[in-house]
Amino acid sequence: MNTFFQLSAIFAAGCCVTAMMFALIRLFIGPSAQDRVLAVDSFYINGVLVLLILGVRSGSTFYFDLALLMALFGFIGTTALGKFLLRGEVIEP
Amino acid sequence: MTEFTLPVWIALPAGLLLICGGLLALIGSCGLLRMRSFYARMHPVTMGTTLGMGCILVSSILVTSVLLRRPAIHELVITIFIVITSPVSAITLMRAAITRTGKDGEKRTD
Repeated sequence: MNTFFQLSAIFAAGCCVTAMMFALIRLFIGPSAQDRVLAVDSFYINGVLVLLILGVRSGSTFYFDLALLMALFGFIGTTALGKFLLRGEVIEP
Repeated sequence: MTEFTLPVWIALPAGLLLICGGLLALIGSCGLLRMRSFYARMHPVTMGTTLGMGCILVSSILVTSVLLRRPAIHELVITIFIVITSPVSAITLMRAAITRTGKDGEKRTD
């Protein structure tokens, strides 16, 4: 049964990496700027998922801190880019 | 790679939740790639960020609780963070798209 758990973790990590590849393709072919920002958003969310799956598989808790930092900086980046697309500047005077 | 052994009653639901989360993330990004307009592309990504993230985090909570022999709920921090911040970025992106293209998505200013 432990083999089933390891195989399911590998399968889920492969699914998330494929999802990251799809988001990367959308990032390159995205017709408008907001498409690219949305692709970056999906890309880092899937990266967080890959880190969590690796943490589950190896049984260590160090991956969790990395995933939290990645989610934090990804949110900051997405919000800053969206604000820039919305108003033309990030920090308004 | 790993040395720990999980009991059956925790390895089975954790593995199934991992498979469900990975498939949800894959389907969400496939929708991001296949949908035609930006307003349609906003929708399938949220499936991966809410349900996929939730499934994988519940699996992580199960496995970590068994390994540490105590209830490990520090994964809930990242769940709460994603649940709070995902709609904020979605609202910002949608407002930017409406400002840049108009509500019908036809006329494009970039």
